[in-house]
Amino acid sequence: LLDISFLSDLKRMNKRQVFYQFLSFGMIVSSALMIWKGLIVATGSESPVVVVLSGSMEPGFYRGDLLFLTNDLEDPIRAGDIAVFRIKGRDIPIVHRVLQVHERDDGYVKFLTKGDNNAIDDRGLYAPGQLWLEKGDVIGRAKGFVPYIGMVTIVMNDYPKFKYAVLGLLGIFVLLNREA
Amino acid sequence: MNTFLSRLNSLFAMTMTVLAGLTFCCFLSTVHHTHHSIAKLDTPSVLVRQAPDYMIGHEINDLGHMTLNIDADLNHLFNWNVKQLFVYITAHYKTEKNAFNQVVLWDKIIRRGESARLQYSRVNPKYYFWDDGFGLRGNPNVTLALQYNVIPNSGRLLNIYAEGRHVVSMPENYIKGRA
Repeated sequence: LLDISFLSDLKRMNKRQVFYQFLSFGMIVSSALMIWKGLIVATGSESPVVVVLSGSMEPGFYRGDLLFLTNDLEDPIRAGDIAVFRIKGRDIPIVHRVLQVHERDDGYVKFLTKGDNNAIDDRGLYAPGQLWLEKGDVIGRAKGFVPYIGMVTIVMNDYPKFKYAVLGLLGIFVLLNREA
Repeated sequence: MNTFLSRLNSLFAMTMTVLAGLTFCCFLSTVHHTHHSIAKLDTPSVLVRQAPDYMIGHEINDLGHMTLNIDADLNHLFNWNVKQLFVYITAHYKTEKNAFNQVVLWDKIIRRGESARLQYSRVNPKYYFWDDGFGLRGNPNVTLALQYNVIPNSGRLLNIYAEGRHVVSMPENYIKGRA
Protein backbone atom coordinates (compact mmCIF):
# COMPACT_ATOMS: atom_id res chain seq x y z
CA LEU A 1 0.00 0.00 0.00
CA LEU A 2 2.93 2.36 0.61
CA ASP A 3 3.56 4.28 -2.55
CA ILE A 4 7.13 4.20 -3.80
CA SER A 5 7.01 7.87 -4.87
CA PHE A 6 6.71 8.77 -1.19
CA LEU A 7 10.11 7.23 -0.52
CA SER A 8 11.76 8.80 -3.55
CA ASP A 9 10.57 12.20 -2.30
CA LEU A 10 12.60 11.45 0.80
CA LYS A 11 15.76 10.84 -1.20
CA ARG A 12 15.41 14.16 -2.98
CA MET A 13 15.33 16.22 0.25
CA ASN A 14 18.44 18.22 0.96
CA LYS A 15 19.78 19.19 4.37
CA ARG A 16 17.87 22.49 4.44
CA GLN A 17 14.58 20.78 3.78
CA VAL A 18 15.24 18.20 6.47
CA PHE A 19 15.87 20.98 9.00
CA TYR A 20 12.71 22.71 7.82
CA GLN A 21 10.69 19.55 8.38
CA PHE A 22 11.98 19.23 11.91
CA LEU A 23 11.28 22.90 12.53
CA SER A 24 7.66 22.52 11.35
CA PHE A 25 7.29 19.53 13.60
CA GLY A 26 8.69 21.55 16.51
CA MET A 27 6.27 24.39 15.75
CA ILE A 28 3.28 22.06 15.85
CA VAL A 29 4.35 20.51 19.13
CA SER A 30 5.12 23.82 20.84
CA SER A 31 1.88 25.44 19.59
CA ALA A 32 -0.11 22.57 21.05
CA LEU A 33 1.78 22.84 24.31
CA MET A 34 1.26 26.61 24.52
CA ILE A 35 -2.47 26.27 23.86
CA TRP A 36 -2.70 23.73 26.64
CA LYS A 37 -0.70 25.84 29.10
CA GLY A 38 -2.71 28.92 28.11
CA LEU A 39 -5.92 27.05 28.92
CA ILE A 40 -4.53 26.06 32.31
CA VAL A 41 -3.85 29.72 33.14
CA ALA A 42 -7.17 30.96 31.74
CA THR A 43 -9.30 28.46 33.62
CA GLY A 44 -7.26 28.26 36.79
CA SER A 45 -7.50 24.49 36.67
CA GLU A 46 -4.52 22.16 36.44
CA SER A 47 -6.44 20.03 33.95
CA PRO A 48 -8.95 22.11 32.01
CA VAL A 49 -10.13 19.21 29.88
CA VAL A 50 -10.90 15.82 31.41
CA VAL A 51 -12.29 12.58 30.05
CA VAL A 52 -15.03 10.84 32.01
CA LEU A 53 -13.56 7.51 33.09
CA SER A 54 -16.39 5.75 34.87
CA GLY A 55 -20.09 5.20 34.49
CA SER A 56 -21.01 6.73 37.83
CA MET A 57 -22.67 9.76 36.26
CA GLU A 58 -24.79 7.94 33.71
CA PRO A 59 -27.04 8.64 31.88
CA GLY A 60 -25.69 12.18 31.75
CA PHE A 61 -22.02 11.43 31.20
CA TYR A 62 -20.76 8.21 29.73
CA ARG A 63 -17.23 6.85 29.71
CA GLY A 64 -15.34 8.72 27.01
CA ASP A 65 -17.17 12.03 27.19
CA LEU A 66 -15.14 15.21 27.45
CA LEU A 67 -15.65 17.85 30.11
CA PHE A 68 -14.34 21.43 30.13
CA LEU A 69 -13.47 22.62 33.60
CA THR A 70 -12.86 25.94 35.27
CA ASN A 71 -11.51 26.35 38.75
CA ASP A 72 -12.50 29.81 39.85
CA LEU A 73 -11.65 29.89 43.54
CA GLU A 74 -13.79 33.02 44.05
CA ASP A 75 -16.90 31.26 42.75
CA PRO A 76 -18.40 29.41 45.72
CA ILE A 77 -19.02 25.68 45.57
CA ARG A 78 -22.74 24.97 45.65
CA ALA A 79 -24.88 21.84 45.76
CA GLY A 80 -25.57 20.51 42.27
CA ASP A 81 -22.20 21.60 40.87
CA ILE A 82 -20.36 18.89 38.99
CA ALA A 83 -16.96 18.75 40.67
CA VAL A 84 -13.91 16.91 39.39
CA PHE A 85 -11.68 16.02 42.31
CA ARG A 86 -8.82 13.82 43.32
CA ILE A 87 -8.66 11.88 46.57
CA LYS A 88 -5.39 12.48 48.42
CA GLY A 89 -2.94 9.79 47.52
CA ARG A 90 -4.73 8.71 44.38
CA ASP A 91 -4.20 9.75 40.77
CA ILE A 92 -7.55 9.17 39.18
CA PRO A 93 -9.84 12.20 38.92
CA ILE A 94 -13.45 11.52 39.86
CA VAL A 95 -16.39 13.37 38.33
CA HIS A 96 -19.34 13.58 40.72
CA ARG A 97 -22.00 16.02 41.87
CA VAL A 98 -21.90 18.05 45.09
CA LEU A 99 -24.60 16.87 47.48
CA GLN A 100 -23.97 18.97 50.59
CA VAL A 101 -21.98 22.13 51.33
CA HIS A 102 -21.09 23.68 54.68
CA GLU A 103 -19.23 26.97 54.50
CA ARG A 104 -17.86 28.80 57.53
CA ASP A 105 -17.52 32.54 58.08
CA ASP A 106 -13.77 32.38 57.52
CA GLY A 107 -14.25 30.91 54.06
CA TYR A 108 -13.43 27.28 54.87
CA VAL A 109 -15.71 25.02 52.86
CA LYS A 110 -16.35 21.32 53.27
CA PHE A 111 -18.59 19.35 50.97
CA LEU A 112 -19.89 15.89 50.18
CA THR A 113 -20.30 14.40 46.71
CA LYS A 114 -22.27 11.63 45.06
CA GLY A 115 -22.36 10.15 41.59
CA ASP A 116 -25.74 10.41 39.87
CA ASN A 117 -25.70 6.72 39.05
CA ASN A 118 -24.55 5.63 42.52
CA ALA A 119 -27.00 4.71 45.24
CA ILE A 120 -24.96 6.23 48.09
CA ASP A 121 -22.72 9.22 48.59
CA ASP A 122 -18.95 9.14 48.15
CA ARG A 123 -17.82 8.83 51.78
CA GLY A 124 -16.78 5.27 51.05
CA LEU A 125 -14.48 6.54 48.31
CA TYR A 126 -12.67 9.16 50.32
CA ALA A 127 -9.36 8.46 52.09
CA PRO A 128 -9.63 6.57 55.39
CA GLY A 129 -10.73 9.03 58.05
CA GLN A 130 -11.73 11.63 55.48
CA LEU A 131 -15.38 12.64 55.79
CA TRP A 132 -15.55 15.71 53.58
CA LEU A 133 -13.85 17.18 50.55
CA GLU A 134 -12.18 20.58 50.60
CA LYS A 135 -11.44 23.23 47.98
CA GLY A 136 -7.91 21.93 47.63
CA ASP A 137 -9.12 18.53 46.44
CA VAL A 138 -11.01 20.01 43.51
CA ILE A 139 -9.38 20.11 40.07
CA GLY A 140 -12.29 22.13 38.69
CA ARG A 141 -16.00 22.22 38.07
CA ALA A 142 -17.49 21.13 34.78
CA LYS A 143 -18.86 23.97 32.70
CA GLY A 144 -18.95 22.46 29.22
CA PHE A 145 -19.51 19.08 27.66
CA VAL A 146 -18.72 17.33 24.39
CA PRO A 147 -19.73 13.67 23.90
CA TYR A 148 -17.63 10.67 22.77
CA ILE A 149 -14.37 12.44 21.82
CA GLY A 150 -12.46 11.32 24.88
CA MET A 151 -12.82 7.67 23.85
CA VAL A 152 -9.58 8.11 21.93
CA THR A 153 -7.72 8.81 25.19
CA ILE A 154 -9.30 5.83 26.90
CA VAL A 155 -8.41 3.48 24.03
CA MET A 156 -4.86 4.82 23.97
CA ASN A 157 -4.52 4.23 27.70
CA ASP A 158 -5.93 0.75 27.58
CA TYR A 159 -3.84 -0.28 24.59
CA PRO A 160 -0.48 1.50 24.86
CA LYS A 161 0.80 -0.20 21.69
CA PHE A 162 -1.98 1.56 19.80
CA LYS A 163 -0.85 4.88 21.28
CA TYR A 164 2.75 4.38 20.18
CA ALA A 165 1.61 3.27 16.73
CA VAL A 166 -0.57 6.36 16.26
CA LEU A 167 2.07 8.75 17.55
CA GLY A 168 4.73 7.06 15.48
CA LEU A 169 2.69 7.24 12.28
CA LEU A 170 1.78 10.88 12.91
CA GLY A 171 5.41 11.74 13.53
CA ILE A 172 6.57 10.02 10.37
CA PHE A 173 3.82 11.60 8.33
CA VAL A 174 4.61 15.12 9.55
CA LEU A 175 8.35 14.72 9.14
CA LEU A 176 8.27 13.22 5.69
CA ASN A 177 5.36 15.03 4.13
CA ARG A 178 6.65 17.72 1.89
CA GLU A 179 4.59 20.85 1.20
CA ALA A 180 4.20 20.71 -2.56
CA MET B 1 -4.01 12.61 -3.91
CA ASN B 2 -4.08 9.35 -5.67
CA THR B 3 -2.97 6.76 -3.16
CA PHE B 4 -5.29 4.73 -1.02
CA LEU B 5 -3.71 6.02 2.19
CA SER B 6 -3.88 9.69 1.26
CA ARG B 7 -7.54 9.28 0.26
CA LEU B 8 -8.26 7.57 3.53
CA ASN B 9 -6.47 10.37 5.34
CA SER B 10 -8.47 13.10 3.59
CA LEU B 11 -11.72 11.25 4.19
CA PHE B 12 -10.95 10.88 7.86
CA ALA B 13 -9.92 14.53 8.24
CA MET B 14 -13.08 15.66 6.43
CA THR B 15 -15.30 13.49 8.64
CA MET B 16 -13.71 14.82 11.81
CA THR B 17 -13.96 18.42 10.63
CA VAL B 18 -17.63 18.10 9.69
CA LEU B 19 -18.49 16.36 12.96
CA ALA B 20 -16.66 19.03 14.95
CA GLY B 21 -18.42 21.77 13.00
CA LEU B 22 -21.85 20.19 13.54
CA THR B 23 -21.17 19.73 17.25
CA PHE B 24 -20.17 23.38 17.53
CA CYS B 25 -23.29 24.49 15.62
CA CYS B 26 -25.42 22.35 17.91
CA PHE B 27 -23.92 24.22 20.85
CA LEU B 28 -24.36 27.64 19.19
CA SER B 29 -27.97 26.99 18.25
CA THR B 30 -29.12 26.86 21.86
CA VAL B 31 -26.60 29.12 23.57
CA HIS B 32 -29.13 31.95 24.03
CA HIS B 33 -31.81 29.88 25.83
CA THR B 34 -32.64 31.04 29.34
CA HIS B 35 -34.19 27.79 30.69
CA HIS B 36 -36.66 29.65 32.86
CA SER B 37 -39.42 27.84 34.70
CA ILE B 38 -41.63 28.13 37.74
CA ALA B 39 -42.01 25.65 40.56
CA LYS B 40 -44.33 25.40 43.55
CA LEU B 41 -42.82 23.77 46.61
CA ASP B 42 -44.42 23.06 49.93
CA THR B 43 -43.59 21.15 53.08
CA PRO B 44 -46.66 19.55 54.67
CA SER B 45 -44.74 18.22 57.65
CA VAL B 46 -41.49 19.46 59.20
CA LEU B 47 -39.69 17.75 62.09
CA VAL B 48 -36.30 18.04 63.67
CA ARG B 49 -34.49 15.70 66.04
CA GLN B 50 -31.01 15.11 67.38
CA ALA B 51 -29.37 11.87 66.45
CA PRO B 52 -25.94 10.29 66.16
CA ASP B 53 -24.81 10.52 62.55
CA TYR B 54 -23.53 7.01 61.96
CA MET B 55 -21.96 8.08 58.67
CA ILE B 56 -19.49 10.39 60.37
CA GLY B 57 -18.40 8.52 63.45
CA HIS B 58 -21.55 8.81 65.58
CA GLU B 59 -21.16 12.53 66.16
CA ILE B 60 -24.54 13.91 67.28
CA ASN B 61 -26.08 16.40 64.87
CA ASP B 62 -29.45 17.88 64.11
CA LEU B 63 -31.48 15.78 61.70
CA GLY B 64 -34.34 17.44 59.87
CA HIS B 65 -37.19 15.66 58.15
CA MET B 66 -39.67 17.37 55.90
CA THR B 67 -42.09 15.80 53.46
CA LEU B 68 -42.40 17.63 50.17
CA ASN B 69 -45.10 18.76 47.78
CA ILE B 70 -43.65 19.46 44.35
CA ASP B 71 -45.51 21.00 41.44
CA ALA B 72 -43.56 22.02 38.35
CA ASP B 73 -43.79 21.62 34.59
CA LEU B 74 -40.38 21.40 32.96
CA ASN B 75 -41.43 19.99 29.58
CA HIS B 76 -40.69 23.24 27.76
CA LEU B 77 -37.02 23.06 28.76
CA PHE B 78 -36.29 20.16 26.42
CA ASN B 79 -35.01 20.80 22.89
CA TRP B 80 -32.72 18.99 20.44
CA ASN B 81 -29.71 20.04 22.46
CA VAL B 82 -30.93 18.94 25.91
CA LYS B 83 -30.40 15.27 26.58
CA GLN B 84 -31.15 15.22 30.29
CA LEU B 85 -32.39 17.39 33.11
CA PHE B 86 -31.02 16.62 36.54
CA VAL B 87 -33.66 18.11 38.83
CA TYR B 88 -32.91 18.55 42.52
CA ILE B 89 -34.37 20.29 45.54
CA THR B 90 -31.96 21.98 47.91
CA ALA B 91 -32.43 23.49 51.33
CA HIS B 92 -30.12 26.34 52.20
CA TYR B 93 -29.83 28.02 55.56
CA LYS B 94 -27.49 29.78 57.91
CA THR B 95 -26.42 28.57 61.33
CA GLU B 96 -24.21 29.87 64.10
CA LYS B 97 -21.46 27.45 63.15
CA ASN B 98 -21.58 27.88 59.36
CA ALA B 99 -22.40 30.99 57.37
CA PHE B 100 -23.83 28.97 54.51
CA ASN B 101 -25.20 25.43 54.37
CA GLN B 102 -26.82 23.75 51.41
CA VAL B 103 -28.18 20.23 51.35
CA VAL B 104 -29.82 18.29 48.50
CA LEU B 105 -33.02 16.71 49.77
CA TRP B 106 -34.42 15.13 46.65
CA ASP B 107 -33.34 14.62 43.06
CA LYS B 108 -34.61 13.09 39.85
CA ILE B 109 -33.14 12.39 36.45
CA ILE B 110 -35.42 13.23 33.53
CA ARG B 111 -34.16 12.09 30.14
CA ARG B 112 -35.41 13.58 26.90
CA GLY B 113 -38.61 11.84 25.97
CA GLU B 114 -39.74 11.20 29.53
CA SER B 115 -42.47 13.31 31.05
CA ALA B 116 -41.11 16.34 32.90
CA ARG B 117 -44.36 17.19 34.64
CA LEU B 118 -43.49 16.92 38.33
CA GLN B 119 -46.47 16.44 40.59
CA TYR B 120 -45.64 14.96 43.94
CA SER B 121 -47.64 15.09 47.11
CA ARG B 122 -46.24 14.32 50.57
CA VAL B 123 -43.16 12.67 49.17
CA ASN B 124 -40.30 11.68 51.49
CA PRO B 125 -36.92 13.22 50.88
CA LYS B 126 -34.32 11.01 49.25
CA TYR B 127 -31.40 12.10 51.39
CA TYR B 128 -30.97 12.61 55.09
CA PHE B 129 -31.09 16.23 56.14
CA TRP B 130 -28.11 16.25 58.52
CA ASP B 131 -26.83 19.57 59.77
CA ASP B 132 -23.20 20.11 60.66
CA GLY B 133 -23.97 20.88 64.29
CA PHE B 134 -27.19 21.94 66.00
CA GLY B 135 -28.38 24.72 63.71
CA LEU B 136 -31.73 23.35 62.58
CA ARG B 137 -33.87 23.56 65.67
CA GLY B 138 -35.77 26.82 65.66
CA ASN B 139 -34.04 28.01 62.49
CA PRO B 140 -36.44 30.62 61.11
CA ASN B 141 -35.23 30.62 57.54
CA VAL B 142 -34.56 27.37 55.71
CA THR B 143 -35.16 28.07 52.05
CA LEU B 144 -36.14 25.30 49.67
CA ALA B 145 -35.47 25.77 45.98
CA LEU B 146 -35.95 23.59 42.91
CA GLN B 147 -32.90 23.59 40.67
CA TYR B 148 -32.01 21.75 37.51
CA ASN B 149 -28.79 20.95 35.71
CA VAL B 150 -29.33 21.14 31.96
CA ILE B 151 -27.10 18.52 30.31
CA PRO B 152 -26.77 19.23 26.58
CA ASN B 153 -25.76 17.05 23.68
CA SER B 154 -22.86 19.47 23.42
CA GLY B 155 -22.35 22.81 25.06
CA ARG B 156 -22.50 24.52 28.41
CA LEU B 157 -23.53 22.74 31.59
CA LEU B 158 -25.80 25.09 33.47
CA ASN B 159 -27.39 24.97 36.91
CA ILE B 160 -30.59 26.97 36.91
CA TYR B 161 -32.91 27.85 39.77
CA ALA B 162 -36.64 27.56 39.11
CA GLU B 163 -38.63 30.57 40.17
CA GLY B 164 -40.47 30.04 43.40
CA ARG B 165 -38.71 29.41 46.69
CA HIS B 166 -40.35 28.08 49.81
CA VAL B 167 -39.21 29.25 53.21
CA VAL B 168 -39.59 26.88 56.13
CA SER B 169 -39.44 27.80 59.77
CA MET B 170 -38.04 24.84 61.68
CA PRO B 171 -39.83 23.74 64.86
CA GLU B 172 -38.52 24.91 68.22
CA ASN B 173 -38.60 21.46 69.79
CA TYR B 174 -36.92 18.23 69.02
CA ILE B 175 -39.07 15.15 68.66
CA LYS B 176 -37.88 12.30 70.79
CA GLY B 177 -37.57 8.63 70.11
CA ARG B 178 -38.37 7.00 66.80
CA ALA B 179 -41.35 9.03 65.54
